[in-house]
Amino acid sequence: MNALRKLVDNLKPSFSEGGKLEKLHWVFDSLETFLFTPGHATNTGSHIRDPIDLKRTMFMVILAMVPCLLFGMWNVGHQHYLALGQFLAPADGLMDKFLFGALKVLPIVVVSYGVGLGIEFLFCSINKHPIQEGFLVSGMLIPLVMPVDVPLWMVAVGTAFAVVIGKEVFGGTGMNVLNVALTARAFLFFAYPTMMSGDKVWVNVSTAAGEQVVDGFSGATSMGHAAVGNMAGVVPLMDSFWGLEAGSIGETSAFACLLGAALLIFTGIGSWRIMLSVFLGGVAMAGIFNLVGPGLNNAYMQIPVMHQLMLGSFFFGMVFMATDPVTATQTSTGKWIYGFFIGLLAILIRVVNPAYPEGMMLAILFMNVMAPVIDHYVVQANIKRRVKRAALAA
Amino acid sequence: MSTEVGTMPEVKEASPLFGKKERLLITDPLNDNNPITVQVLGICSALAITVKMANALVMSISVLFVLVFGNMIISALRNTIPSRIRIIAQLVICAGLVTLVDIMLKAYVYDVSKQVGVYVGLIITNCIIMGRFEAFAMGNKVWPSALDGIGNTLGYAWILVVVAFFRELFGSGTLMGFRVIPESLYATSGGVYFNNNMMILPPMALVLVGIIIWIQRARNAKLIEQA
Repeated sequence: MNALRKLVDNLKPSFSEGGKLEKLHWVFDSLETFLFTPGHATNTGSHIRDPIDLKRTMFMVILAMVPCLLFGMWNVGHQHYLALGQFLAPADGLMDKFLFGALKVLPIVVVSYGVGLGIEFLFCSINKHPIQEGFLVSGMLIPLVMPVDVPLWMVAVGTAFAVVIGKEVFGGTGMNVLNVALTARAFLFFAYPTMMSGDKVWVNVSTAAGEQVVDGFSGATSMGHAAVGNMAGVVPLMDSFWGLEAGSIGETSAFACLLGAALLIFTGIGSWRIMLSVFLGGVAMAGIFNLVGPGLNNAYMQIPVMHQLMLGSFFFGMVFMATDPVTATQTSTGKWIYGFFIGLLAILIRVVNPAYPEGMMLAILFMNVMAPVIDHYVVQANIKRRVKRAALAA
Repeated sequence: MSTEVGTMPEVKEASPLFGKKERLLITDPLNDNNPITVQVLGICSALAITVKMANALVMSISVLFVLVFGNMIISALRNTIPSRIRIIAQLVICAGLVTLVDIMLKAYVYDVSKQVGVYVGLIITNCIIMGRFEAFAMGNKVWPSALDGIGNTLGYAWILVVVAFFRELFGSGTLMGFRVIPESLYATSGGVYFNNNMMILPPMALVLVGIIIWIQRARNAKLIEQA
């Protein structure tokens, strides 16, 4: 540690004002505070202080995503080998599957971070303000919501669009209206639908010599199957809980998401109110569908409530996307409303509109836009109630 | 002021055709007073007809015709139009010119007319046109009004063409209908490239107009509204 501190201190003068590399001051500053908790204290009147700063917060969220990432890597390999008819049992060929997946996933992670942080550094250098760490989480979320076969240049384009149009134009970290990672995904979803949906992109079926894809293989996700009425293609409940299904890299396992949720709730970083209300919203909508499904003779609507929620990216969105503190509502009552409608809309969109097999992304983006309105009315209602109470007391 | 008016000499000074003031009528709307990016008028058509450059050009030419002749006619009639019914009078003149354009397009460029026809009809609701009629032509002479029409149309047109350039290039891989991004690059023929469908959708036009506004205000700080 001491050697590292010395190295940083030696480099510091050339990045400070008047130094050779003055232009890169904020890049240096951000890396320094990454390694060491900054020593400077607030010297004007401060309000509530918390020893955990933005970097530490972001790091905790990334830690919470690690189960999803690791499981996603393994699942990419698992789905690949399933398609080729090898290592059929989940426990077989653990390292083969994991290494195969890691080789597919890591380049996407590198591209996402490289492009996103590059743009962030550029904007901070131009605007001369410290680099904010918001992208650390977005940069990890973006790979997790991509299909494995997405071309790397698309990841770069989507990330660049999300960081510039989704975030920087609004004033950078903390000012964005829409969740950055979902902006990237939505942009790619509408821009390149053939590479972001359908049944060709979720499983990597590249074959080496002597290998071939098994007969009757379909790369469609459970949602894709259900949308066209093929209920036999929907994976069983426990498989969807553990995540043994095709889908975006990190979204498939409800179990891994719940591990992340536990960490986020335990550290107080993710709002349990939002997670719970998203869940309840999903239960409500799926329950309604269960009730009306038999009458409408719609098999999709009749998937049992718990199974419906385990499928697709419902849990991933609930834990990591809906709870984004910047784009979610700020008031406690608002969080209940916001979360409930995300759950409700996600199930509604995915079941009723076959053009969007997965409704979570659109539901969250829609409620992101609505969040300030919800907050406004919650605050106004509170003011009105207090005014009334004051009038009664007087 | 009112006392001075009486003592003003009656001699009319002939204003030059292209004096400083007249040149400003043309150049101002191109940048500092652009109808789309600064006054935020005519946004609907900027979103609707910028998928292809050819459409954007036809639209621009149509607007040029309607705005220049409309401005001139209204300017010539400005003292005879009763002010209480001036809007309806402006609308009638505008509608007449738009119908003329529509008929001409149908006669000479039928294919384009089929694509932009519905929007040509809607020129009448283009805020830029009614805005210039009301704000400029009603209070100025014929020649400055014509220049004002040309200037505002050019300001409108260059935004349209720039937006359409990017939308057609990245959305369809063509420019003016000619293939620019070679077929062999596409994934369907073994390459890695895909057209960006988002460019075809209207929201992207809004984003592109937004980027132009962004660049414009970054270069010219006096356009930034004070909060």
